[in-house]
Amino acid sequence: MINNFQHEQAAHCESGVTRNLLKSIGVNQITEPLAFGMGSGLFFAYLPFIKINNGPAIAFRNMPGIIFKRTCNSLGIKVTRKKFSSKEEAQKLLDEKLGEGYAVGCQVGVYYLPYFPKEYRFHFNAHNLVVFGKKDGKYVISDPIMEHETYMTPYELERVRFAKGALAPKGQLYFAEQKHTITNETIKQAIRKGVKRNVFDMLTIPGPFAGVKGIAFTGRKIKKWRDKLGLHKAGLYLAQVVRMQEEIGTGGGGFRYIYGAFLQEANAYFHKDELMRLSDEFTRAGDLWRNAAVQASGIYKGRLGSQEDFNLMGDYLLEISEIEKQAFKDLSKINWQ
Amino acid sequence: MKKDEVPQDLGSLGKITKEVCYVTDEQGNYTTELSKGWEVKTNALDVTWDDIEYKVAAAKEKVLKLEASPLLFFLEKNVMNIGILSSYTGFFKWQIKRHLKPQVFEKLSINKLNKYAKVFNVTVDELKTMEVHDQ
Repeated sequence: MINNFQHEQAAHCESGVTRNLLKSIGVNQITEPLAFGMGSGLFFAYLPFIKINNGPAIAFRNMPGIIFKRTCNSLGIKVTRKKFSSKEEAQKLLDEKLGEGYAVGCQVGVYYLPYFPKEYRFHFNAHNLVVFGKKDGKYVISDPIMEHETYMTPYELERVRFAKGALAPKGQLYFAEQKHTITNETIKQAIRKGVKRNVFDMLTIPGPFAGVKGIAFTGRKIKKWRDKLGLHKAGLYLAQVVRMQEEIGTGGGGFRYIYGAFLQEANAYFHKDELMRLSDEFTRAGDLWRNAAVQASGIYKGRLGSQEDFNLMGDYLLEISEIEKQAFKDLSKINWQ
Repeated sequence: MKKDEVPQDLGSLGKITKEVCYVTDEQGNYTTELSKGWEVKTNALDVTWDDIEYKVAAAKEKVLKLEASPLLFFLEKNVMNIGILSSYTGFFKWQIKRHLKPQVFEKLSINKLNKYAKVFNVTVDELKTMEVHDQ
């Protein structure tokens, strides 16, 4: 067992893993919202030509793996990340690193996760957890979405580390090297960098499918779903949107609340009233995302179903797009000095 | 979302673990609160599973009518598509498409059947008869 690793629950798996791994090497200042913000985690993308589980491919956050990488980079912490073609090699390196006293992050698929409820088992491969010891032949697991630590046999762990399909983890593991103490100045730099990148991702990323443009694009598409897909399929599509937005790992409101928390925590370092105001804007966006989810549920439950109902649903997204557009514009203008 | 507005509608996950939500307190400051679930997303999950079960039943029907091999049933039951099954078994997609035909499936070697059975976590007999007890 690695003594300096403490399992702590989080809202979002990768941000939680990042926070917990950093704590294990003595970096205690980085909370989950700070990790999420420094890693520029907030995002939106809708890829209309790709289908996931026969539904729309929608993301509310950035690429898996990127939050840990960016947060550590910004803080000047060296990271090791490795993929494997051989299962034996993958276990060997994990055991080696555990022996050296590291807590090790792993990307896994959730389909075969033994402690997940059946209803949550989809072929989703971008989940993250920490392995931090071995006890009675089982690995000790810190899965950030769970309240308590859990256990997996070597076979169970191998199966989720080598899950197949989109974003296959290929046994991927990662850990942070020991590091000197982190100063407030470094944290401030990392916050600024994280915000700047997020502004780019949401405002200026090219193409119609991503960022705040992507939200409006999706809103306009949704209005056409009723005619294009029929009521039943349109309902299933909306259910998928809601699951991506609200399911475990989002902190609610499609990660918008975590981002609001991040801006408030940033304010503790910069003392800018503007950050508090913009935090409120993201709270407002998150609330609207949730209102939209309620509207969507009316449709997939069969309580609503007129074109008017779909228009209202689409309009929510158009409104959110405007709020987030303005909020990121204002964020880009903040004077950090 | 305000702290006292966090929904506590027990869902399937809530029986195993509560989840962390980021919420604001009376002063508007962010804090966290645990939630047992939210009806809106439980419903989203329910309609998704209803659809999967519908597809499983439709697949079974097709197999019984000899329009497809039992692979189709297990494919739907495991929420897979041919791409995912291809990477789990090592078969090419075109091979799996062939194996989905009952005539081809019947003549598959025990080796190949074993590969499928292992991925679907069933015995070869169960694979052929579709008679599985839910895990």
